[in-house]
Amino acid sequence: MLQRILLGALASLISASALAIEAGQMAPDIELPGRGGVIKLSELKGKAVYLDFWASWCGPCKQSFPWMNEMQAKYGAKGLQVLAVNLDQKPEDAAGFLQQTRADFLVAMDPAGQSAQKYKVKGMPSSLLIGRDGKVTLVHTGFNAASKVELERAIVAALEAGK
Amino acid sequence: MKALRRTLLWIVLGAAGLAATGCASITPVRPWEKGILAKPEMTFEGDTLDLMFTEHILASREGAAGGTGAGGGGCGCY
Repeated sequence: MLQRILLGALASLISASALAIEAGQMAPDIELPGRGGVIKLSELKGKAVYLDFWASWCGPCKQSFPWMNEMQAKYGAKGLQVLAVNLDQKPEDAAGFLQQTRADFLVAMDPAGQSAQKYKVKGMPSSLLIGRDGKVTLVHTGFNAASKVELERAIVAALEAGK
Repeated sequence: MKALRRTLLWIVLGAAGLAATGCASITPVRPWEKGILAKPEMTFEGDTLDLMFTEHILASREGAAGGTGAGGGGCGCY
């Protein structure tokens, strides 16, 4: 009896830790409502996907939007798809943000945060680059001037790799 | 007497279990759930300029950054 209790306690302690998504892994599928219908990540296979997790209250997320527009415009024809998943708990916050900020790419809504849980988002904003084969090639947290350089380099590499 | 000892043992075991797990059963606020914490009124200082000044002092003099807001500063570390 005592042994069983101790084992149970140990198991509950171990299960509390969870492993993060890393480069090289297959990207878990996401299916969420978007602005123009349902968006399914697995349907974008064959394209390099820049997956971004954002919220209206997150300062650096707002800064990343013009850059994401730029990337979509610059590399869209070469096979890049930017997909930004909104994690606002109140959908109207996201709607207000999108009225003020241009987003010329796919935007999906996930107020319950299921996708963020799946991808074990560590900070806001978080972004992943997914290659044409559906494998994660880069995981990035935060957004600043240095991020732009690193991320664009990774995007170019991902587009070249799957040709 | 034996029954009393057994009850005591259970109480001690229960207390030890509680102490060992601590707050592990409470899930912390996840990064994407900080919408309310990120509101300006949740910062320690009311004035944005004053806050920027304080942050600059902390960053340049102490090498300390972050922990002053949940909205993020671009590094993704808070």
